[in-house]
Amino acid sequence: MTTIAELPPGFVDKVLSAQSTFRSVMDAMARPGSVQRIVPMAGTPDTMMRGTAAIALTLFDHDTPLWLDARMSESSDVVKWLKFHTGAPVIQDSSIASFALISDGASLPALERFALGTSEYPDRSTTVIIQVESLDRGRSFELRGPGIDGVATLQATIQPADLFERLRMNETLFPRGIDLVLVADDAVVAIPRTTRVVSKGS
Amino acid sequence: MNAPAYNFAYLDEQTKRMIRRAILKAIAIPGYQVPFASREMPMPYGWGTGGVQVTAAILGPQDVLKVIDQGSDDTTNAISIRKFFAKTAGVATTTATEDATVIQTRHRIPETALHENQVLVYQVPIPEPLRFLEPRETETRRMHALAEYGLMHVKLYEDIARFGHIATAYAYPVKVNARYVMDPSPTPKFDNPKMDNCPALQLFGAGREKRIYAIPPYTQVVSLDFEDHPFEPYRFNAPCALCAAENSYLDEIVTDDKGGCMFVCSDTDFCEGRQAAGHHGSLSAAPYKEKAQEKSNG
Repeated sequence: MTTIAELPPGFVDKVLSAQSTFRSVMDAMARPGSVQRIVPMAGTPDTMMRGTAAIALTLFDHDTPLWLDARMSESSDVVKWLKFHTGAPVIQDSSIASFALISDGASLPALERFALGTSEYPDRSTTVIIQVESLDRGRSFELRGPGIDGVATLQATIQPADLFERLRMNETLFPRGIDLVLVADDAVVAIPRTTRVVSKGS
Repeated sequence: MNAPAYNFAYLDEQTKRMIRRAILKAIAIPGYQVPFASREMPMPYGWGTGGVQVTAAILGPQDVLKVIDQGSDDTTNAISIRKFFAKTAGVATTTATEDATVIQTRHRIPETALHENQVLVYQVPIPEPLRFLEPRETETRRMHALAEYGLMHVKLYEDIARFGHIATAYAYPVKVNARYVMDPSPTPKFDNPKMDNCPALQLFGAGREKRIYAIPPYTQVVSLDFEDHPFEPYRFNAPCALCAAENSYLDEIVTDDKGGCMFVCSDTDFCEGRQAAGHHGSLSAAPYKEKAQEKSNG
């Protein structure tokens, strides 16, 4: 049994670390495709990356129902760490989750199973945080949309490979939709529902 | 001095998390008003409680803050908010637009073009552009859901029928990213074109009405109009009396009780910058300043 003393720590300075992490995520969301760095470090339980841990400590609390993929929810380290540091309730029903944490992209459930918001309240949708292999090498993707001056190019190695094809449902659903945050170690890229992604191949 | 009794930037961390989540959704859905649990702030509604909460949620120790009220850095509202954050967050403050990383504004967009490393935070009194046309929140929410904005065009058309032109001079409605009709806050319509394709992130906070909305950088913002009555930014047809600027938004200042008045830039930083660069208008303040200095030396 893990005691609290054995849990990886949270932020050293809760206030300023959360502020710095939030600004990185905000800049990522405001400039889709741009790679932002998360500077403050916290302890990382098991399969959780540094960036994911920092985002969790910054944005999760008792008001944000949380859905974990199989690999995350099977790890008692992750569940205990999240419970102790954020207090966010972990739920089984992904359709009412504020956030979803995905460590194994290959087993990402159909995006329709997350909250998409309603036409009246499109903000009541799940922000899906996916841990990926790399956000600086791999396939090239061309991104357009608000926040992007013309075209942005993202190089990334992502599972599932058809993630951006699946994300095309955002085009027809808008203003409802799914907002994505991709994390690779301390790098973070956001793909809000307004971003249109075209694969440029390898 | 940092008041130790308060958390950094006044708000508690749970409140900041809630506001930060609202800001992220606002950026993801440009122009959509995200409800948030607005807190009571140590200033009255109407003094920028929404903008202050947004600023408090994004501000960090490395930021440089500028606060303007109707373009001016030195009015009561601007000074109090600037001092509030200097005290509660210990951030550096400035009046120079290009040096600021966060600019909180009431009713103006600075004349100096904004750049990518800046966030513009607007104080918003009434975020709902349709509110005076339809008082029920349930109805305006459905109208936004259906993108049913005919009523707004009728309102602009009635302006034309009555006055011969679109008489809305401030809070002129815009359409963001070809979807949501949005209230740009009571900025003069002169400022509307600056919102379009702006390199800086624009955040809007309405404290009393409990809404946050956003325009991401490089996003299309179109002022509503008609083909035969296109949108026209309004400006007094005069140069600034202090710096002779021909392209800035002007305030009309009454100078006596005989109908005398002068037009000066509403953006004080822009105007002072031009005067320092050697531009002088017909009523340039420079001689007055020299006189005052001589007096204090003697």
